[in-house]
Amino acid sequence: MTDALLTISGLTKAYPGVKANDEVSFDIAPGEVHALLGENGAGKSTLVKMIYGLVKPDSGQMTLRGKPYTPYEPRAARAAGVAMVFQHFSLFDALSVSENIALGMETPPPMRDLARRIREVSETYGLPLDPHRAVGNLSAGERQRVEIVRCLLQEPRLLIMDEPTSVLTPQEVDILFTTLRKLTAEGVAILYISHKLEEIRALCDRATILRHGRNVGTCVPAETSARDMAQIMVGASFAAPAKARHDAHGQVILDVSGLSVASPSPFGTALKTIHLTVARGEILGIGGVAGNGQDELLAALSGELRTAPGAIRFKGQAIGQLSPTQRRRLGLLAAPEERLGHAAAPNLSLTENALLTGAQRRGLLTRGFIRWPETRAFAQKIIDRFDVRTPGPDTAARALSGGNLQKFVIGREVLQDPEVLIVNQPTWGVDAAAAAAIRQALLDLAAGGAAILCISQDLDELMEISDRFGALNEGRLSDIRPTADLSLDQIGLMMGGAHGMEVAHV
Amino acid sequence: MKLQLEKRPQPSRRWIYLSPLLAVVITMLVGGALFAALGKNPVEAIATIFWEPLFGEFAFYYRPQLLVKGAPLILIAIGLSLGFRAGIWNIGAEGQYIIGALSGAGVALAFYPLDAWFVFPLMALAGALGGWAWGMIPAVLKLRFGTNEILVSLMLVYVAEQLLAAMALGPMKNPDGMGFPGSRNLQDYPAAHNADLITGSGLHWGVVAALVAVIAAYILLGRHMLGYQIRLSGEAPRAARFAGVKPGLLTLFCLGTSGALAGLAGMFEVSGPAGQVSIDFNVGYGFTAIIVAFLGRLHPVGIALAGLLMALTYIGGEIAQGNLGLPAAAIQMFQGMLLFFLLAVDVLTNYRLRLLRRPEAA
Repeated sequence: MTDALLTISGLTKAYPGVKANDEVSFDIAPGEVHALLGENGAGKSTLVKMIYGLVKPDSGQMTLRGKPYTPYEPRAARAAGVAMVFQHFSLFDALSVSENIALGMETPPPMRDLARRIREVSETYGLPLDPHRAVGNLSAGERQRVEIVRCLLQEPRLLIMDEPTSVLTPQEVDILFTTLRKLTAEGVAILYISHKLEEIRALCDRATILRHGRNVGTCVPAETSARDMAQIMVGASFAAPAKARHDAHGQVILDVSGLSVASPSPFGTALKTIHLTVARGEILGIGGVAGNGQDELLAALSGELRTAPGAIRFKGQAIGQLSPTQRRRLGLLAAPEERLGHAAAPNLSLTENALLTGAQRRGLLTRGFIRWPETRAFAQKIIDRFDVRTPGPDTAARALSGGNLQKFVIGREVLQDPEVLIVNQPTWGVDAAAAAAIRQALLDLAAGGAAILCISQDLDELMEISDRFGALNEGRLSDIRPTADLSLDQIGLMMGGAHGMEVAHV
Repeated sequence: MKLQLEKRPQPSRRWIYLSPLLAVVITMLVGGALFAALGKNPVEAIATIFWEPLFGEFAFYYRPQLLVKGAPLILIAIGLSLGFRAGIWNIGAEGQYIIGALSGAGVALAFYPLDAWFVFPLMALAGALGGWAWGMIPAVLKLRFGTNEILVSLMLVYVAEQLLAAMALGPMKNPDGMGFPGSRNLQDYPAAHNADLITGSGLHWGVVAALVAVIAAYILLGRHMLGYQIRLSGEAPRAARFAGVKPGLLTLFCLGTSGALAGLAGMFEVSGPAGQVSIDFNVGYGFTAIIVAFLGRLHPVGIALAGLLMALTYIGGEIAQGNLGLPAAAIQMFQGMLLFFLLAVDVLTNYRLRLLRRPEAA
């Protein structure tokens, strides 16, 4: 590599309780597509935000074209030639393409000139775009082009792209790649964030891999297999997975077969013919990089997302059409990932939040009227049993720390004696002690005969508690294997999206 | 020096109650300044608005008016507050109020001059149903086509106003009215008249209905699962779906209920204080009730108090117009200020104000 365009050395950024970036160093050369790879929470977005001037590093230096580079705000970063295309667009539906682009400029030229320049740029880089169309009528791919053209008009030297292909069709991906190659041919460097390993192998010259905020390796993707990259991403930090606790399992209680469902969110991932079973007394771990269908799987199982009736069976009964309330009555409970706003209502008290899922199974209602004393007692029981640190059940949920609220949310489901419990990221953002307590609660619940499906991005966690393991990749579920037999190699394969390498393994 | 808002870990209980009071005080101060700028004595103007109706020379006349004006406001605001709590915005109570009045009056006029006990209950039923039906239009359109209930309900107000004018000039016109627009006066039709239950007290059936609505809403929101689901939907829509709330049913319920209550209010008005269907029958209760709902913190008891306060500014405002020559627009602005400051002060329930001395070296 010749002179680097951007050099990053020893960048560190700590948030309360977590080091988002720990002494990260790498460099990007002009005309290079550099991939930034890592699991969710590995620190990719913090790093990028520092480069784009949204976050100030605690320590470390950046040099851009040989000069010290300390952007104090995005405008300074743009002035220095750094542009960014965000994963979520900030466009106004009612305005036209050129109006939207003018809004993002410091000194917009007259509309007619701007429209002409948009045409020029979009033609030069093969991004067909009509400046006069309303953004509301554009597809996701076209909207992304608006964002890219907006960046290109600033003639950037470094273009940061945050998971650009997550909203694109395969054809649009091809167009995007052609554009990016044209840009690099002109010497523009691209910092490319993605989870999709094959994509990175096809496009990127080099890749920097982050894990737990650290740079754990740089590789040349074209010469590295997807499996190896996944392995570096995941880390060799877990040694031999803990032995499965049971060899023989009980009766299968949750049976999912051929579950396909579209995502309710425009940025979501559709589930594609998922098959899985969970038996009494076992924990099935579902791994995979975030955004590959985890939220949708939880929603389909909890009842927030209705599916074909027979796709989900509980003790043989088709429940795909049942509401969350009806599923709870049967004994299928769930705890979603997002604590505030999904699993719990931030402004309501813990008592009221206990009612949120506990109403039916805990008998907190008489003819529709709420039995507040019993509800409060239930909340108090959760607080006591799960060691939730809070002044009391009348405290608002949002006043609790993440770990304490998570203990409350998990405790609320566990104390309802579920027959099947679905959890998504049960220990996400939770301190070690609370995480251990939550895992133990799940293990105890399984030992008591419940079937547990644990979706998590923490592989260590899944290796520790689950009996069998599968991974989600772009809405598909890999084959499910006993955890005890898994090697790091195989996990990397399962997560990297190599499906059916070994068929019919049951 | 720099003012900074700092988020409270949980909403301050104290400020939930204090902020409406503070808003009233600020409104008095700024309103007083406005009146002073108009060349009036601010203290006298404020006193006329707040004191005169309650304790002035003619209080015996104004006090019943407080109930007469407050009841429809409270009745409508209670209905609206249910939807507002759930994040369902019915802005068209004025239209539902008109349709309720037309339906109620229609029943009365159809039975005229039959003197039977069931005429009035039937009118009440028709009024509620009429308002309910008018409220269901935005609800059904929202569910079926994803339209915005704010726009649809608001636009239906103007449709209702046209319908009102058409009725007053056409089918409901008084045949003995010598060609004047407007229906028969229901005050002259005993079976349909919503008279004071105690003569001269202002206490008509609408006041009773408002009181019942306050109590029912209090129980619904505080003790019933449906009320909990309404609150949960407003606080955290995703959590509500996770809890098993069906957003569509909730939309139907909230818009239907608020429509029915607004329709009832319209029916009590047309058969009582107003007396007849006329072109200018509606005076903006449906819109003012939005202010009342928020002024009352979307809490039933708060709404009852806010409705009375709003009625007070109406009556006091009229006195101030008559006695001091204040323009009607100034009074309306005064009422608008009340909502404006309430929403502004509201921030203090969730945030605390911090005065910082140069926090960062810049």
